[in-house]
Amino acid sequence: MSELIDYQLQVNGLGHDVVEAWLGESLLYVLRERLGLPGSKNACEQGECGSCSVLMDGKLVCSCMVLAAGAVGADIVTVEGLAAGEHELSDIQAAFLAEGAVQCGFCTPGLVVSVHDLLEHNPDPTELEVREAISGNLCRCTGYGRILAAVRAAQEARQG
Amino acid sequence: MSTVTGVRRGRLGESAARPDGVPKVRGQFAFSSDLFSEGMLWGHLVRSPHPSATIRGVDVSEALRIPGVRAVLTADDVPGRKTYGLDYPDQPVFAWDVVRYMGEPVAGVAADHPETARRGAAAIVVDYVPTEPVTDSEAAADAAPIHPLGNVLYRQKIRRGDPDAKGAVVVEGRYETGMQDQAFMGPESGLAIPAEDGGVDLYIATQWLHVDQEQIAACLALPLTKVRLHLAGVGGAFGAREDMSMQVQICLLALRTGRPVKMTYSREESFFGHVHRHPAVMFYRHHADSEGQLVKVEARLILDGGAYLSSSTAVTMNAAVFAGGPYRIPNAVVEAVAVRTNNPPCGAMRGFGAVQSCFAYEAQMDKLAGALGLDPVELRLRNAIKPGDSLITGQVLRGAAPVAEVIRTCAAAPLPAGGPATAAEIGLPGGAGRAADRDRVRRGVGFAVGFKNLMYSGGFDDSSTARCRLEDGVATITCAAVEVGQGFVTLAQQITRDVLGVDDVILAPPGTVDIASAGSTSASRQTWMSGGAVQAACLAVRDRLLANVSSRYGVPREALELVEGRVVSLDRQIDLPISEAAQGEVLEETVTFSHPPTAELDANGQGDAHVSFAFAAHRAVVDVDLELGLVRVIEIATSQDVGRVLNPVQLVGQVEGGIAQGVGLAVMEELILDHGRVRNPSFTDYIIPTALDMPPVRIAALIEEPEPGAPMGAKGVGEPPTISSTAAVVAAIRAATGLELPRAPVRPQDIALAGATPTPQSRPIDAEVSS
Repeated sequence: MSELIDYQLQVNGLGHDVVEAWLGESLLYVLRERLGLPGSKNACEQGECGSCSVLMDGKLVCSCMVLAAGAVGADIVTVEGLAAGEHELSDIQAAFLAEGAVQCGFCTPGLVVSVHDLLEHNPDPTELEVREAISGNLCRCTGYGRILAAVRAAQEARQG
Repeated sequence: MSTVTGVRRGRLGESAARPDGVPKVRGQFAFSSDLFSEGMLWGHLVRSPHPSATIRGVDVSEALRIPGVRAVLTADDVPGRKTYGLDYPDQPVFAWDVVRYMGEPVAGVAADHPETARRGAAAIVVDYVPTEPVTDSEAAADAAPIHPLGNVLYRQKIRRGDPDAKGAVVVEGRYETGMQDQAFMGPESGLAIPAEDGGVDLYIATQWLHVDQEQIAACLALPLTKVRLHLAGVGGAFGAREDMSMQVQICLLALRTGRPVKMTYSREESFFGHVHRHPAVMFYRHHADSEGQLVKVEARLILDGGAYLSSSTAVTMNAAVFAGGPYRIPNAVVEAVAVRTNNPPCGAMRGFGAVQSCFAYEAQMDKLAGALGLDPVELRLRNAIKPGDSLITGQVLRGAAPVAEVIRTCAAAPLPAGGPATAAEIGLPGGAGRAADRDRVRRGVGFAVGFKNLMYSGGFDDSSTARCRLEDGVATITCAAVEVGQGFVTLAQQITRDVLGVDDVILAPPGTVDIASAGSTSASRQTWMSGGAVQAACLAVRDRLLANVSSRYGVPREALELVEGRVVSLDRQIDLPISEAAQGEVLEETVTFSHPPTAELDANGQGDAHVSFAFAAHRAVVDVDLELGLVRVIEIATSQDVGRVLNPVQLVGQVEGGIAQGVGLAVMEELILDHGRVRNPSFTDYIIPTALDMPPVRIAALIEEPEPGAPMGAKGVGEPPTISSTAAVVAAIRAATGLELPRAPVRPQDIALAGATPTPQSRPIDAEVSS
């Protein structure tokens, strides 16, 4: 293909070189296929399911709807960048595990990112606020019950 | 904020944590679409835009001229059998001469980059001559055959008792269910790597590795040993991965190019690339005596199988066998038929066959209660089947069948507090759209009971094989049972810990190379079948360990026990940790587990076709905006017959998740067809429940009555939540609106425009579907 370009992305605090990439590649594709960060998932590629959720300059976005070359200069955080260290889990990741919020797990990374964003901006949401906040993240396995329990557990733990 | 990684271990009965949970929450679990191989190409399929057409030619020359396109394949390039199928191979790998549904693959491309592959596919010119599609399931049997095997895929008749029996009270109706999609989140994906021996290694998300292997080998004209399948991470299944998707095509592309080939469906392709739940048209007539005892059920069920057979045989059999519901009915005249049409192929989805007939027979039970002036719950209790009673197939229930208990406990659950007058704005029908007006919102309550078989049936008696290897106090389990999210991996560890008392249990990656089949992850069967195989393999290892210690110490075998990971003699003279007791020996046992045999149904649909059954009841509470036709499901209460709870948290997850799919079919999910064309193949237009749509689930009771013959006493729990939840929600909407609502999903126009919508023309119930 002729439409190839080079650029750099800032992901999880590190600079990543993207070399000879097709101009039309989404941020999701580049994260997954070029940068070795497949945690963001490809479930609809239409911005409907939230499986590819990442934070861009602190804002929750569907990375399938962002042109990668348009994300140059943005501070991008993916699910891989949420925990403090390689062998650690974030409190929300730990709550998902403890409450049984994970089944097939395909929606999990996107939900974890969404819930981080929610509790960052609204530390004490009501259940309806939680439901609304994660209603852009589709899950087909759980019926959301254990996910809501995980959010509640993480929220209560943060409140102390 | 972070915590140190730790996994909660556990024995049977405890909420042990999933062994794959940590990588899944971190985004490090390798799903099939996450796979990568050095030098890999990307595959893409060309699909028919027509539901019915003849193919005059396929011109691939333009595609091959695109730089980066490495191979283009059509039906001519399939070296072995050109068709595949679960029951019978009637589905083409690539269509030739004819396409029979919109989305049918016609050609495949491999290229350096996914975009190049898409462009290559777009450059292939297929010369179609569109033909008139057969899309009306009620007319399909009489239409000109669209396949050499004809338009009737399978017919199941059931005749029991006196076909002329009459009751004092008769109710009848025509019911429909729409085409539901499994809509798993992880789209179809796979990676095929050509091997030096001329074979291929396929990393794939599926529900049954060994049945894929057989079909692929036949199409590739390779021996089974040269087609090696390895399970890649599965992002949900729900029946949609029972049939193959791109398995054969990517193996062909890999073998042709000599390079690894990866393919991942887009969501739109996923809607075209797997089977769906059969839509059904169902005519019912129930006879009861004046006390409400059922006298006879008559039913004629027409299931739209779409273009190819898939699992229509088993779906049709189930729809017929369960057509009477979990009730005592002495007389039955039932016919279920699956027809071939130019609609998308239909096959397995959670609760298959049983979901459709449950929707109809539970609506009938409510109608009957109305006609008798009886409470709907009381009518169900009067007819609830119990151990020793017969199904309409004549099969006597020998196992646990706590039907009355699930009905009673579910009906007795407290109702949710509050109501539309006090609900938050976003909690009203229409939710975030804030369209509802409190004054026209009505609350309704509905009830339904359902059941289904566990395990395969009708003489298809399969097995599962597992291996346990105990070395230095660490157990390794090898089993080809597919984990699709249901939590078999957790149970396998719990079972092993329970039998051997060891803490560390490693699960070998499932594949076809070094272990026999585990059967399919479907029909709620893996806890019983592969759980049984793992348990038996662990017990065999335990027995060998105790036999070794017995001969070494001259102690009778009967005097030794394995307790909490230690070999202990009854007199406590011997007390050794497992690692010492084995004295460095590696103990390994492989065991194949089978369920008791089942029988084919006879010409009258009579016979012991099933191993075991599971039952559940659901009570739905809904709020309905009468003018806009918007529905909000407020709560689902449920009781379920589970045998024994092996992992409480995982069980709740199955119940809640299964109910969500039932709620979806009740109020929002339908693949919409227009003359065979799919109109909504995307998550923008095919709507599944979000966290705002899904109500809280109140588990009124989990009935633990151990199932005789079941390893650990446990029943499969995945399907019952989906079976009667749809019927309960629609019953609640009927209660709120007073409308008949004979069709699921209930659409806003079915409520808001009820007076203006014409009722579908019914053919009389006893008209035979010609063959």
